[in-house]
Amino acid sequence: MTLKTTSKLERLLSEGHFIVSGEVGPPKHSSPEGVIKHATTLKDYVDAMNLTDNQTAIVRMSSIAAAVHVLQAGGEPIIQMTVRDRNRIALQSDLLGAYSLGIRNVLCLSGDHQSFGNHPNSKNVHDIDSIQLIQAVKNMRDEKKFLCGEEIKAHEPRFFIGAAANPFADPFEFRVLRLEKKINAGADFIQTQAIFDMERFERWMEMVRERGLHKRAAIIAGVMPLKSARAAKYMQQSVAGMIVPDSIVERMEKASDPKAEGVAICVEQIKHLRTIEGVAGVHIMAVMWEEIIPTIVQEAGLYPRPA
Amino acid sequence: MIVAEQKPLAEIDKLIGEAKKILVVGCGGCVTVCLAGGEKEVGILAAALRIKRKKEGNPLETVEVTLTRQCDPEYVQQLEKYVTDDVDLILSLACGVGVQYLAERYNKWVVPALNTKFAGGSIQHGVWEERCGLCGECILYKTGGICPIIRCSKSILNGPCGGSQNGRCEVNKDTPCAWQLIYDRMKALGKLDLLLEIQPPKDWSYARDGGPRKVVREDVMIE
Repeated sequence: MTLKTTSKLERLLSEGHFIVSGEVGPPKHSSPEGVIKHATTLKDYVDAMNLTDNQTAIVRMSSIAAAVHVLQAGGEPIIQMTVRDRNRIALQSDLLGAYSLGIRNVLCLSGDHQSFGNHPNSKNVHDIDSIQLIQAVKNMRDEKKFLCGEEIKAHEPRFFIGAAANPFADPFEFRVLRLEKKINAGADFIQTQAIFDMERFERWMEMVRERGLHKRAAIIAGVMPLKSARAAKYMQQSVAGMIVPDSIVERMEKASDPKAEGVAICVEQIKHLRTIEGVAGVHIMAVMWEEIIPTIVQEAGLYPRPA
Repeated sequence: MIVAEQKPLAEIDKLIGEAKKILVVGCGGCVTVCLAGGEKEVGILAAALRIKRKKEGNPLETVEVTLTRQCDPEYVQQLEKYVTDDVDLILSLACGVGVQYLAERYNKWVVPALNTKFAGGSIQHGVWEERCGLCGECILYKTGGICPIIRCSKSILNGPCGGSQNGRCEVNKDTPCAWQLIYDRMKALGKLDLLLEIQPPKDWSYARDGGPRKVVREDVMIE
């Protein structure tokens, strides 16, 4: 099979490895120290790491800049790119820039609404939507064309293209069809919303398999280790597009060591996800808890990682 | 229609400043229908301003006029006889269009009494809701008559995003997810297949950029 890009993530997926990716949140300041520290710790435990793009609409170091620090630390970055803050001109410009800096993976997202962040009075952009961004990145790579149709005469950016899917949002029966739209638009890999309701995820995967989508894009299942019962409840009650079953909240409440219990739940989830046909890997979102990722990867039996 | 809402009295009072005599001008169009700037509101606002100033020992004289429409030069012209030298400023209760028409026509300081909100309609007595984003190139035929440009908080053309849950938008639990509404309607009409097509990026050049937009109808132009 010929690879579309020089992405390490694409190569590992094509070799049939069960992928492990992680997530690093860039800082709310201009020092790269934390990103470098996380990247150095994680690089041997995950195959790639996402750099979030001003997540929850809070100003942070740009994902592209943070990704360069990850590269320099020896990690494989996946930049998240939302359509909230940039129009089609800025998005394409940043794609050219990111590629020139050695970044090979991009995850195309809508972005959290600005009302959730620290600049609720800002104006959002939404010139194009996430599916149109996927299509634009693909056309830059495969058609060598800018979104306007103009030819990219040389050095087209060749990104391995990611998209998000949320099996826990509504309308449930349309989620798989929308995933199909993303794959038709050009998504090569999919990272899902954090899974707590395994039953619903399995129903969703069944629909994914029925339509053969797992063969057209790598489905990487999202997991999130919980630190406390309070965090579990917060996810359950206050985060839109998430479903946390009561059984998980109760387990966290009863635990004498909630952090260890959170890790145990996450490891169980990963072990189970590995048995589901069509799941190509796991994406570990340890928000503000990046240092726990090596423990989870080891306990899930996913260490060492392939070169 | 254009839906507008009156500014708080304190703000209007500040905008009037030290004026002694003002023209309070209503509009018989949209803002009469949405109960923000018609003849009745002109009377109430003028009275409220007079009372406030009288209490402060700084009486205000008001002249109240309501034009058929402030967005039409023909009617704006009818205000001329009231725009006398002793008028310190004009307080317009029209939408932003009316305020500008008055400012263009008369050499007076014109201030708005309303905040112009959106193009929409009434959904129950006393409640108005936005319906049209005035994007300049209608796509309602693609979405079952429900506008994602303005009713989806991210203006997504290939929705719904991952924040749609139980039919509600993640931004505000009181807001129905436009894409859930679109999905339900397309399903009911047997047109779900239309939602599987990837909608291309929108041409925003028809929308708000590039200075004021114009509609020219040569067939109805005189000369």
